[in-house]
Amino acid sequence: MEPINARFDIDWPGFNLTVDLELPGRGVTGLFGHSGSGKTTLLRCIAGLVRAPKGRLVFRGEIWQDENTWVPTHHRSLGYVFQEASLFPHLTVMGNLRYGQKRAPAPVAAEDRVSLDQAIALLGIAHLLTRKPDRLSGGERQRVAIARALAVSPRVLLMDEPLAALDIARKQEILPYLERLHDELAIPVLYVSHAPDEVARLADHLVVMDGGRVLASGPLKETLARLDLPMAFSEDAGVVIDAVVASHDDNYHLSRLDFPGGNVVVAQRKEPIGHRLRLRVHARDVSLALERATGTSIANLLPATVVEIADADTPGHCLVRLDAGGTPLIARITRRSLDHLGVARGKAMWAQIKAVALLGD
Amino acid sequence: MFLSETDLQSIWLTLRLAGVVTLILFVVGTPIAWWLARTRSRLKGPVGAVVALPLVLPPSVLGFYLLVAMGPNGPVGQLTQALGIGVLPFTFWGLVVASVFYSLPFMVQPVQNAFEAIGDRPLEVAATLRASPLDTFFSVALPLAAPGFVTAGILTFAHTVGEFGVVLMIGGNIPGVTRVASVQIYDHVEAMEYGDAHRLAAVMLIFSFLVLLALYLWRPNPKNT
Repeated sequence: MEPINARFDIDWPGFNLTVDLELPGRGVTGLFGHSGSGKTTLLRCIAGLVRAPKGRLVFRGEIWQDENTWVPTHHRSLGYVFQEASLFPHLTVMGNLRYGQKRAPAPVAAEDRVSLDQAIALLGIAHLLTRKPDRLSGGERQRVAIARALAVSPRVLLMDEPLAALDIARKQEILPYLERLHDELAIPVLYVSHAPDEVARLADHLVVMDGGRVLASGPLKETLARLDLPMAFSEDAGVVIDAVVASHDDNYHLSRLDFPGGNVVVAQRKEPIGHRLRLRVHARDVSLALERATGTSIANLLPATVVEIADADTPGHCLVRLDAGGTPLIARITRRSLDHLGVARGKAMWAQIKAVALLGD
Repeated sequence: MFLSETDLQSIWLTLRLAGVVTLILFVVGTPIAWWLARTRSRLKGPVGAVVALPLVLPPSVLGFYLLVAMGPNGPVGQLTQALGIGVLPFTFWGLVVASVFYSLPFMVQPVQNAFEAIGDRPLEVAATLRASPLDTFFSVALPLAAPGFVTAGILTFAHTVGEFGVVLMIGGNIPGVTRVASVQIYDHVEAMEYGDAHRLAAVMLIFSFLVLLALYLWRPNPKNT
């Protein structure tokens, strides 16, 4: 799949954006950063809602912007989901869905085609079609907005913090639908968020932005495991692991999840054997030992090699990046432990994982 | 009959004038309102001020300038003569042209406010849903600004009905052609026909009250916005 190449240079009073990115042409790309980092402006530049004076945007082989070309937003094959659902209040849900669908030219490639029925089914909004937007809950509205964006059969879906305006319960309502998009759609998704958990749950590729610049761009697992990015200094520092349900233990109500380089045991899962799950292991939940600990209640022990040591958020702590047979891990340990255990690059140790978060719960 | 033949004639003329002016202003005022609502041009201030001038200008001043401009030696008069229309003052269409200027702010300002209240977002959403700017104007901006159009239409119509000074300057007092209800009342008073003046004045009063009542009762449900 051809990539998306974006180069923008914006110099506004009090804000600038300088990016030169190649984004993958498939999967979910998370654009992560704090507010003011430029991630939303980058998305708006890609959509053509903002025109960066010096910009070049090549979308899967099609030039959308360069010195001589400017394709206006309504001629770009994209779907856009705003932070607020922004449904048209004078139209019903069906009217909103059909607004874009009837204006969009039919896509050339059959695989890119999203029918209205498919969009309605994917977002579970069949029972809402005759309602006006003011008769919908916040979560329902956002689901309609996502379906409306999909119904134009876009070649890319741009999402600008679609969950930020919702409370936690509503987020939990929508996240499973977003995961279904990820699993069932062939088109790339650019997903702007400042919530590490959302990005960890949904993204395959991660772009980290700060102050209008790109700090990192790479596959999610590698990028999350980097110690030089601001995320490493947050409470939520940690890695994600894609695992497969390997076995269930009905006696102890446990399930074993396998991934390259090891496995973890978690409270029993409903999913069948072979089902893929994404795990999140926070750095604060990983401790280190010189030998395989016996006589401990911690069940999840993985042999791992120290790759890198870096400063953490407090002077008393440091972050240790490990390689557990191909799966990266980060441990947050005290500086005292670091010295006592003689942790150094290349040293073989045991990682003790106290807790594993299953994304999707 | 409660009202005389000439009274009825003046009322009919008034309603015709107000109707024609309102229709013309829907067409002329809407693009001006849209431009004023959306532009970032430095001309926004001056243009907005010119549109608002009739609010503060004495009608006689406006009427005087229009009379001069549309007269046989004025630039508009020269043009209309060259086009074979003749001169506009003291004709129905002369009144229409003058009233369009006089009532312009009553159309432009409510519509402009309604357009401004829409904000950028619905227009951006429409663009991401493949609607061209013109398509967006008709399919999103106009429906969302509908309450503003109703207000503007009622205000424009009512304000044109209430016109007096400009009419007198431009149209004079020709029965059936330019003698509108407000001028007819003036004539009755001049002629000491207080009974006739009372009846016509009462009709105007009730009409104006009903129009404004309709405007205040007709409010979009705030929950829908």
